[in-house]
Amino acid sequence: MGQKVLLSSKEINIILHRLACQLLENHLDFKNTVLIGLQPRGIFVAERLCKILKEEYGVKHIDLGVLDITFYRDDFRRGDKTLEATKTNINFLIEDKNVVLIDDVLYTGRSINAALTALQSFGRPSDVELLALIDRRFSRHLPIQPNYRGRQVDAIDGEKVKVMWKENDGEDIIYLINR
Amino acid sequence: MSELSVHHLLGIKYLKESDIQLIFETADHFKEVINRSIKKVPSLRDITIANIFFENSTRTKLSFELAEKRLSADVINFSASQSSVKKGETLIDTVNNILSMKVDMVVMRHPNPGAGIFLSKHVKASIVNAGDGAHEHPTQALLDSYSIRERLGDVAGKNVVIVGDILHSRVALSNIFALKLQGAHVKVCGPKTLLPKHIESLGVGVETNLRKALEWCDVANMLRIQNERLDISYFPTTREYTQQFGVNKKLLDSLDKEIVIMHPGPINRGVEITSDVADSKQSIILNQVENGVAIRMAVIYLLASKIKQ
Repeated sequence: MGQKVLLSSKEINIILHRLACQLLENHLDFKNTVLIGLQPRGIFVAERLCKILKEEYGVKHIDLGVLDITFYRDDFRRGDKTLEATKTNINFLIEDKNVVLIDDVLYTGRSINAALTALQSFGRPSDVELLALIDRRFSRHLPIQPNYRGRQVDAIDGEKVKVMWKENDGEDIIYLINR
Repeated sequence: MSELSVHHLLGIKYLKESDIQLIFETADHFKEVINRSIKKVPSLRDITIANIFFENSTRTKLSFELAEKRLSADVINFSASQSSVKKGETLIDTVNNILSMKVDMVVMRHPNPGAGIFLSKHVKASIVNAGDGAHEHPTQALLDSYSIRERLGDVAGKNVVIVGDILHSRVALSNIFALKLQGAHVKVCGPKTLLPKHIESLGVGVETNLRKALEWCDVANMLRIQNERLDISYFPTTREYTQQFGVNKKLLDSLDKEIVIMHPGPINRGVEITSDVADSKQSIILNQVENGVAIRMAVIYLLASKIKQ
């Protein structure tokens, strides 16, 4: 099993700042925009972006939610294991809001499809955008594309993109692992 | 561990502690779901569940049906009073007829102890026991423990007394198994005639003085007298039972701590518990009912995920 570094800590930091600027360009004061990180690993990207926007670009308030899509997935009973849920925490309404869904890796698009279904339980947003830190090109099963992408990579099915975060895994680094 | 160790929920006796924790953690997520404005998830859209009730039930049946619908399962209801059982059909034939209509899971209440276990050995479907005679009522025990955990933070180490008709109660037996498995201390309290012989062998204490039991406990689970199952007279009068084993506000206020009051329902107000106690802030009776739906969603979700396509 070989692995190579896809992005270093410094590169991740630069990309996060660029993504924050792109969000800022489109949403300005975030008054009518909410950020929603997807469980389990999109939440780290969402929290980092939120921190950068607040601390470095002076955005006063951002609604940040956490969405678990387990109960909306389309592969229930299709694998050997029970799909285990994690916490959802969206304590605001998304009715008529601009929603930015945030995930770490966009692969088949099925998670995002489930997330779009799950979002319907929280209201009817006026607009939904997608931000993905890593976009695995040519891997999509569904017609879903990100509005904001950190880095586009070509990875074959046998490969896995592993995103690690300082707060969870000890360092910021992204590997491409050959399984 | 991320899946149940069992394919059916026949009784708490057959579960491991880790199963209970998994059910509770899953129920936490469903509790969040049922407090949304849209309280439904599509997980079980390809699962069909039959609710087969050979005994009367209001709360449990509604709670199961609501849980199934919140998970988007297709639901069929069957009650014995309107069925071919009256015409002499056997249990296995009845259930196999229902299963031939491509049903994946059966939720069954039956007056005979062990009916669920019997069925699980003879039919190809996941069985959930919704009460079998005086044997077990596992989902009730799960939601009771879940409600204690929600109110007191943990079940382990807590003192719980179960008061009333222990002899005829499937709720009592399932609760004893569940509470012991999670490390709680359990006592039963009631007239000696309504306490089963050798109940101590389950690792529970016996107390016939209600005041002493309440002074000892953190939680009191009040059971009703099951008049429909009392074939002989177990105590002189209901009035005398209430005087000795009924909980009222005065008794609770005279204790040096505030204990939690539970009741699985249906309540006989003024018999085992007075109205002011049932409606007080010490009572978590309505929380139990709300948690019942989340617990049943968790049980059904986890069992359904083990049904092969």
